Amino acid sequence: MIRIYCPFCGYRDQTEFTYEGDASIIYPALDASEQEWYEAVYLRDNPRGVHVEYWRHTYGCGAFLRVVRDTITHEIHSVELAHPGMKKVVGG
Amino acid sequence: MTGFRLPTGGRIDRTQNVNFTWDGTRHVGCAGDTVASALMAHGERIIGRSFKYHRPRGIMSAGVEESGAIVSLWSGARRVTNVKATTTEIAEGLEVFGQNAFPSVRWDLGEVNNLAGRFFGAGFYYKTFFGLTGKGTWEWMQFEKLIRRAAGMGRASHLPDPDHYECVHDHCDVLVVGSGPAGLAAAEAAAAKGLDVVVAEQDFELGGSILTGLTAGVDGDPAEDWLSGKLTGLAGKVRLWPRTTAFGLYDHGVVGLLERVTDHLPKGAKGHLPRERMRIVRAQRIILATGAVERPFAFGNNDKPGVMLASSSAAYAHRYAVAPGARIVVSTNNDSAYGAATRLAKAGIETVVLDMRADLPEAAAAAARSAGVEIRTDRVAVEAQGLRGVKSLDIGQWAGDRALRKGSLNCDVVAVSGGWTPVMHLISHKGIRPTWREDLSAFVVADTGLEPVTLVGAAAGQFSTDACVEAGHKAGEDAANAMNGKRPGPLTETTTDWQQPLAPLWEVKERHRKLKSFIDPQHDVTTHDVRLAHQEGFVSVEHLKRYTTLGMATDQGKMGNIIGLALMAEAQGATIPETGTTVFRPPYTPISIGAVASDERGTHWRPTRHTPMRAEHEAIGGKFTDAGFWRRPWYYPEGGEGLAEAAMREVKAVRSGVGMVDVSSLGKIMVQGPDATEFLNRVYSNPFAKLAIGKARYGLMLRDDGVVFDDGTTWRLTETDYFMTTTTANAGPVMLHLANLLQTRWPEMRVHITSVSDHWGGVAVAGPKARAVLDAITDIDFSDSAFPFMGVREGHMTTCTGEVPVMVGRLSFSGEQAWEVMAPADYCPTMYRALLAKIRDAGGVPYGLEAMDCMRVEKGHVTGRELDGRTTPADVGLGGMASKNKDYIGKVLLGREELARADRPTLVGLVPVVEGARFKAGAILFPMGESTGPGLGHVSSIADSPEMGAWIGLGFVTGGLAEWEGKEIMARNPIDDQNTKVRVVSPHMYDPKGERMHG
Repeated sequence: MIRIYCPFCGYRDQTEFTYEGDASIIYPALDASEQEWYEAVYLRDNPRGVHVEYWRHTYGCGAFLRVVRDTITHEIHSVELAHPGMKKVVGG
Repeated sequence: MTGFRLPTGGRIDRTQNVNFTWDGTRHVGCAGDTVASALMAHGERIIGRSFKYHRPRGIMSAGVEESGAIVSLWSGARRVTNVKATTTEIAEGLEVFGQNAFPSVRWDLGEVNNLAGRFFGAGFYYKTFFGLTGKGTWEWMQFEKLIRRAAGMGRASHLPDPDHYECVHDHCDVLVVGSGPAGLAAAEAAAAKGLDVVVAEQDFELGGSILTGLTAGVDGDPAEDWLSGKLTGLAGKVRLWPRTTAFGLYDHGVVGLLERVTDHLPKGAKGHLPRERMRIVRAQRIILATGAVERPFAFGNNDKPGVMLASSSAAYAHRYAVAPGARIVVSTNNDSAYGAATRLAKAGIETVVLDMRADLPEAAAAAARSAGVEIRTDRVAVEAQGLRGVKSLDIGQWAGDRALRKGSLNCDVVAVSGGWTPVMHLISHKGIRPTWREDLSAFVVADTGLEPVTLVGAAAGQFSTDACVEAGHKAGEDAANAMNGKRPGPLTETTTDWQQPLAPLWEVKERHRKLKSFIDPQHDVTTHDVRLAHQEGFVSVEHLKRYTTLGMATDQGKMGNIIGLALMAEAQGATIPETGTTVFRPPYTPISIGAVASDERGTHWRPTRHTPMRAEHEAIGGKFTDAGFWRRPWYYPEGGEGLAEAAMREVKAVRSGVGMVDVSSLGKIMVQGPDATEFLNRVYSNPFAKLAIGKARYGLMLRDDGVVFDDGTTWRLTETDYFMTTTTANAGPVMLHLANLLQTRWPEMRVHITSVSDHWGGVAVAGPKARAVLDAITDIDFSDSAFPFMGVREGHMTTCTGEVPVMVGRLSFSGEQAWEVMAPADYCPTMYRALLAKIRDAGGVPYGLEAMDCMRVEKGHVTGRELDGRTTPADVGLGGMASKNKDYIGKVLLGREELARADRPTLVGLVPVVEGARFKAGAILFPMGESTGPGLGHVSSIADSPEMGAWIGLGFVTGGLAEWEGKEIMARNPIDDQNTKVRVVSPHMYDPKGERMHG
């Protein structure tokens, strides 16, 4: 079990969060090309080491967090709110 | 002669007798005894039988490393098997049984296996069953049963565990694991800095090595005075947790601990307490003061009752006041055994030390001699003799790589010391590899890197008590500094009190004789097995372990693993660090599954969701079914009806009059804000830009890949407020999907979403008389012109206890004229009772999930059975809902060639050709005459339709209606060998033009 620092709620157990996928993916516009959508939906790196990912504090505040985590050591390098507006207000 | 109670000394309470039974015979011990010490005091030698050979096994240690005295406790439903007698406290009324033996451990018929021992070598199981008769044959099955019976451990109870367990979540600044000199010093230092400290000790008494008598003094004080002084000082300042094993070290300072709460209490004193308590502690810093385990070396017959670890033999004398025997031979390769020998001699036991080294540690030897110990240098144990336990020991001169036999000594106990292995299991759980220390002949973890974990004391290879205290103190202060952001000081040098270096020794061999020398006594793994595995080509330590089962018994190789590793290295001609070390995984010692589950048992392991009208359904005899987490009303039987009859009657009543079904489990989400309209327009595949206020629309939601995700209706309440409903199963996933879009993909959108699933409940009122019923009971105008199809109205329902605020949408899932009536959850029971009375007055009925499903199949409406994560809008006949004129999620990838192919399986209706024939959901659809291959598609839903007078179904057929309408195909169910001829029809089998619901 890992522990994640939620800017709203503080350090919480992994069991309060749900993993929400690769945060390095930038989803294309709704009218982008099929190739761009194909790449965003299907192509994923599986890095050994630093990985940027979303975690949602599902059983807490519900916020999506952008977490930089090492997939080997589970060391968490940084956590910030995914929503820029919320981030601005909370400063996390 | 065997073990006996010493007249004085020990930490036991001689005034407090504790009665227990051993294989049915009554025994008496003292408070403070373990099962092992109490049995030893009674002269019991054979406590267990080994796994394969059924060789007699005695007490080999005084702790968790035990692999001889393995017993079963209690009887009936409370029976616990494979328990170490050496760590189990005796309790009043405790029942202890020998295991893996018939009729008893003392006289075991299974001992014949020992004579056939040469056939049961490493990999016996793997080798024997190749080609013999063939795996899976009848002969093999019979043989396997016999083998499984003969080779084994205790027999577990088949009854449910009557005890309860609990889980406690906890936090602390510093968790100290182990309460020996290093651990207590660390706790004291950290607590002095104002930190919240927990000390966890697996033993029932705190003190670690001090309890065994090996530590003469600490900081100039007698060891036991130092201990009691420290415990008094710490009481009330730190949390001291005896009987609590830290079994696993996880990420970010999370530690799993198991507390044994009531097993040591007499029957009747347990009250309401849980048997065990799982403690999940989040610690800022962790100090592992887990000590070290003495290891033996292998010599002939070293598994015989009477062979034990040197430090353990002293521990029995010192802590439990039990002499393991009358004459003890201690065979050692290092200085630590002198302390043990001295302690034994002081207890009046005749003690001889064999030191394989030529140079003695002078001071330790002098102390031993003055206590009466006889010392022989350059001598080593070669082979133990005695049928049912040690009677004598053949000794030899150590000639560098093998022993030369030099006579024999009479004795009843052989106490062995081959050095010490630091306990680093917990840090190994974090994947940190140890380094080899030549001077200790042991693996040690010196640096834990980034982990907030420190090892101190013997666990770090520190074998001087005073140095342990010093290192512990520093670790406690470092923990406080680290929490304040200061860097810890340099690591302390590790030292030993030993005057002469340890002489590495793993196995005593002879030139011309092959000795039967065990390295894992519990699993009967011998030194020969390791060499055999090497000969047969096993190179990796992990493979060696699995092939020989070395270290896979309940002690997990705490004593023997390192010997196996050393012998493997020797066979390979490599060094031990080159050969490698096995990785330890949690748990450190076995934990009960009951404690892992704790209170999350039965219905407590997941939520059970009831609709707000549960009591109303129960009051009228409704039967419930499980739908995900939900308990939903299934049918309402009348006069002994079964499911089929009740559902049939309910469908007819709705189609001809009126009925009401609970739809509270639908997901409900408020979508609000200036951009709500645009948001919905992007999320749904059909247009939402022009939905009028006071109207609802059926919407289809796709995934990014173009596959249908969910469907539901969304009601526009105001310019900026929408009430969205989702399917029951997707209430959570849809909410998550929308939140994800708003927080990560389109953060600029001014939209707020709120789950109101639990805040609103509702019913659907359906049937030709629904309008009349609703019109009479609310202040809303239900006339067709005032309340058109897909209209939404808010108003009030009149009930005998006042008005209920309601929100009503004219929607139909059943195909009849129907309205979904939503009310705040707390009002729902009142609403339900008021509506039920009106509906019954009109000759209507409440209906359940079964009738609802039947009506939607008749109507060709899709559910999760059709929206199964593989279907596109066109596949389910909703191709028109995929807009061409706007952009939405899933649009681009929905356009892919494969998803647009003309011959995809698409939704059709299915009716049997032969009257009365039945078929099942999941059946595979084939063209006539075909019965292999993927077929045309499958049956997704079925219903016993009163309207059609037949079993009907929905399914998917390659080519769909265009190719197959009116044609006959076969629904084949190979599981039941049921083949039904069905005709393909339009999925809209009931009222295809929708005249009934629009009327």
